[in-house]
Amino acid sequence: MRILRLVLRRLSLSIPCLGIILAVLFFLLQLAPGDAVDALIGQMGTSDDTLSKLLRSYYGLDGSVVAQFTGYLGRLVTLDLGLSVAYGTPVLALILERLPVTVVLMVTSMAMAFTAGCVVGVIAARYVHRWPDTIISVLGMLVYSMPSFWFGLMAIVLFAVTLGWLPAGGISDLRAGHTGLALMLDMAKHLVMPALTLGLIFFAVYLRVMRTAMLEVMTLDFMRTARAKGLQERAVLFRHALRNALLPMVTIAGLQASSMLGGAVVVESVFSLPGLGRLAQEAVVQRDLNMLLGITVMSSVLVIVVNLVIDIIYAKLDPRIDVGA
Amino acid sequence: MTDLHVTRRAALVAGAGLAFNGAPLHAQDAPRRGGTVTVQVATDPRFLMPALRGNFSITNLAAKVVEPLVDLGEDGQPQGRLATSWDSTPDGLAITFRLRDGVKWHDGKPFTAADVQFSAMEMWRRVQNYGTIVFRNLVAVDTPDPLTAIFRFSKPMPLRLMLHAGTELSYVAPRHLYEGTDFFANPVNMAPIGTGPFRFVNYTAGQHVIVERNPDYWDAGKPYLDRIITRFIADPAGAAAAVESGAVDMSIFSSLPRTDLVRLSREARFRVSQKGNEANSIGNTLCFNHRKPELQDVRVRRAFAHAIDVNFYVRSFLLGLGKRGLGLQPSFSEFFFPGLTDYPFDARKAEALLDEAGFRRGQGGIRMTLRMTSTNGDDAVRFATFVQQSLARVGVRITITTYDSAGYLANVMRDWNFDLTGETIGFRNDPQISTTVFLRSGQPRGVPWSNQWGWESPAMDALIDAAAEAVDPDRRRALYRDLGEMVMQELPMWLAIEQVYTSVTAVKLRNDHNNPRWTGSHWSDLWIAA
Repeated sequence: MRILRLVLRRLSLSIPCLGIILAVLFFLLQLAPGDAVDALIGQMGTSDDTLSKLLRSYYGLDGSVVAQFTGYLGRLVTLDLGLSVAYGTPVLALILERLPVTVVLMVTSMAMAFTAGCVVGVIAARYVHRWPDTIISVLGMLVYSMPSFWFGLMAIVLFAVTLGWLPAGGISDLRAGHTGLALMLDMAKHLVMPALTLGLIFFAVYLRVMRTAMLEVMTLDFMRTARAKGLQERAVLFRHALRNALLPMVTIAGLQASSMLGGAVVVESVFSLPGLGRLAQEAVVQRDLNMLLGITVMSSVLVIVVNLVIDIIYAKLDPRIDVGA
Repeated sequence: MTDLHVTRRAALVAGAGLAFNGAPLHAQDAPRRGGTVTVQVATDPRFLMPALRGNFSITNLAAKVVEPLVDLGEDGQPQGRLATSWDSTPDGLAITFRLRDGVKWHDGKPFTAADVQFSAMEMWRRVQNYGTIVFRNLVAVDTPDPLTAIFRFSKPMPLRLMLHAGTELSYVAPRHLYEGTDFFANPVNMAPIGTGPFRFVNYTAGQHVIVERNPDYWDAGKPYLDRIITRFIADPAGAAAAVESGAVDMSIFSSLPRTDLVRLSREARFRVSQKGNEANSIGNTLCFNHRKPELQDVRVRRAFAHAIDVNFYVRSFLLGLGKRGLGLQPSFSEFFFPGLTDYPFDARKAEALLDEAGFRRGQGGIRMTLRMTSTNGDDAVRFATFVQQSLARVGVRITITTYDSAGYLANVMRDWNFDLTGETIGFRNDPQISTTVFLRSGQPRGVPWSNQWGWESPAMDALIDAAAEAVDPDRRRALYRDLGEMVMQELPMWLAIEQVYTSVTAVKLRNDHNNPRWTGSHWSDLWIAA
């Protein structure tokens, strides 16, 4: 019941927020020179006046900006995201086609980064200022300061080009024409490098947060109590310290889940993956307003859901937190 | 034509120190049936019906499925695809095509002259980009029998123009699937049905197009391949990795970084060549806004040309994959004329011309300040920067503004908001298709890739118009020579560099790149050696 109330309250707050985001985005994109038909003509290589007019009216770009926006909102209520000018197909279909790749990429890389960050962070905190900590901190700094696309490219050169262990890009091997389980395995193989690349940067962040949080928690009074009770060091570390140190980690995870779409653009480009990030980037270049707004709606929903989940995890981790407040 | 390839390649190798290994192999051994070829291109054209929209990234994908009346053969001359022969009346007002018998659409319906008539009158002439220019004077297509189409024009149509434009624009769409529909909303655009050697299987936006062998193709026994997969990989480094790891068999349209092209050309696994791309070459031009008083003086424009060391740029920045331009057309073209007036690199002469025009060095040694507008493509920005630095040395200060494609279109083409631009133009087989449109005055404002430069010259207009209707090939050629010379004299725009796209091909492929517009051709004879 508590959780249901929380969900409802969050959702009611998100809708006006979504409206504001859409309005800002819509009018910001009007400031960019040229519209979708200009971009389309840029790709065709030529056009004439009649053809441009024909295309503008076909894609509903000949009305006033306000009329276009209210029209868009009106359709949005009926879950109609409109037609993509660049692709000439419904926006929703395109997004749903791309969403799974982005979600899988995000979830796997977050999961890997989170788990590895926790483990390595705890080790670093456990051996603070000793050699394991030094090595981990230096490595963490190195990974953190490395641009993700560079890591991606180097991984391609090593694992795909030189060693031939993993595919260089794409989401599946089209030549093999796999189906069913074989296709799933093939896709998993294609996602290894992108997920690692995307996860690596976040890993460095988690690692540092975890280390700091653990160090802080370990100086607290209840830790001394636990040790005084005669608990083993392992139990102290995992049952008492870790659980408390996880709270800042969850906060960071929530924030990063929302920003991952941005990082995904680069990784999706390097590995030529058909994800939402690349679709969004193309939509800007193509001035494909419907597409961009559609992706915004979709990722806003994604962020709202992720934040909800994070809040629920909070409540589970620390019963003192009243998420409804 | 073949000789020209050799010369070009030789010049290229000598100029850049590139070793293009493995000369293209032409079928000595017997073609082998079967197999899949995977091709990489950078951009998804998001449209697959060349009868409605003509550009070479569309034809590259769609020409395997939808066929034109004519294509180019190995010798660079028109070769019939859906047409078997053609003929023009002496006055150039009627051109007759005899059509191939026994051709079927992929859905089983017979192909007839009615399809040609419908495509020409309703699509090419009315809505197809370029088609609206080339077929402007088309008044009717008569179909006295199902295998004859007579194109009737209100003004003389040179046969050469019709045929060469035809290779890019004369794709025939199935009338029975388009008639009475809203063309741009027709699903056939994204799942084309044609008469070609391959049948459309799948298009996934931003990812790939797959086509498969058409067992009922009119050219019995062909095609040799089972499938062609074209993958869209935009990131050049990612594309290079795909080529090197063998995930794709071919990369076309210069989609890899130039340094990778040079590196891969030294590997025995690949052929790196410009052959088969000649008809789709591009040019880097320096264009002037003639509304700007400083640029109205021809001495200023000539000075700019003198100030820019094109050969150095080609050598150092294009790694030899380009060539100094001259006149209006690239050097492979029948309309290229060596010996036109030129402006070789000479910074002193440039300074003298600028002095003579009254633009002396003022404060800080600066003669004038101009804005150069460019698209944000690597190539365009690099060229703009080189122009900026070259002109700085003769006292002309340039500020560069870059836009993405849509922004460039709005600023340069519609609002004329520029002084100089580095325009990248594509050549399409004949000077009349995409070249003279840059120079003819009296065009409506806002038509992109036309005369946004504000250039007006009655003498030039008269030459352009005379050449457009010159039916006699020799006279036509002479008129375009005169036009080229006039352009070099007046420099309304300057074709500084011509570039031919480079392809990287796995050596196991045979019959690839065997005509000058091969990337946009049918590929029915392409096969994979064991």
